Amino acid sequence: MLLFLFDVVLLTTLVALAFAAVLSPEPRRAVIMFIAFGLWLSLVWARLRAPDIALAEAAIGAGLGGALMLAAARRAARRSEASAADGEGSA
Amino acid sequence: MKHDLSLLLGILIALLAATLLWVLHATLSLDPGPRLADFALARLDESGVSNPVTAVLLNYRAYDTWLELAVLLAALLGIWSLGPAPTGYQPSGPALAAMVDWIVPLAILTGGYMLWVGGHAPGGAFQAGALLGAAGVIMRLAGEPSAGLPGETAQRWLVVLGAGVFALVGGVLLVAGDGFLHYPPGQAKWLILLMESAATIAIGVTLAAAYVGGRPRRDASRR
Repeated sequence: MLLFLFDVVLLTTLVALAFAAVLSPEPRRAVIMFIAFGLWLSLVWARLRAPDIALAEAAIGAGLGGALMLAAARRAARRSEASAADGEGSA
Repeated sequence: MKHDLSLLLGILIALLAATLLWVLHATLSLDPGPRLADFALARLDESGVSNPVTAVLLNYRAYDTWLELAVLLAALLGIWSLGPAPTGYQPSGPALAAMVDWIVPLAILTGGYMLWVGGHAPGGAFQAGALLGAAGVIMRLAGEPSAGLPGETAQRWLVVLGAGVFALVGGVLLVAGDGFLHYPPGQAKWLILLMESAATIAIGVTLAAAYVGGRPRRDASRR
């Protein structure tokens, strides 16, 4: 019974994190939600007794993928800032 | 116009989600039938490793892993083709620098352990490579612009090392043995260890170089 409750909490939080990542308008926030989603998903894999996938998900999916996407979001934000400044300058 | 496009995208994604749900439902309601897990476990003794996951990844389905390494290589080539790497972050303060001095060697050590432990317990080349890559990411965040990677020429060799060793071993076995990546009995363990080590280094270097985010600078390779 307790384990069932744990699973329900695990799954609802996972779906909520997924929605938060997809629906958030700001890239940086979306990436942070995605990292949280990846770490949470690795818990789900561990619960499914798949430790190999849990390790890979935490290390590659959440860790390095998150770091790469954070860097990309930072670069995209800087570029859109620069183009916005250009637009104001020319107008 | 933009509104219409997002509406269309939403409808398409909803259709895709519905299809995926239907596929999931159809798969779950099917009779499971004979599964490959029994075959995989039955011949585990001959595979050279005692962890069934590693046996599948490096023995039964080694060409899948080879192609995964090729995908990583192609991704890095795409990143390099975007242009030279941006400049790094500012040098770290004393507290972060002291932590990095501890974390990076520990990550490399843990990576080596992950590689070795993959033979009989959860672990393996991808997890070990991810730890090496994470060490590079931490070094770059702490202000080392090259993320601890060697010069451009050495980096190119290290990046193709993984897929290259797989192709080399597979090619030699194709000519001299039973077929592509079909290990001769008794030698599987050492071949797997060789290929996994090469793959670990290649994955680590590729991930760290991907985080650097551009072609390595020429002047860095001359130092």
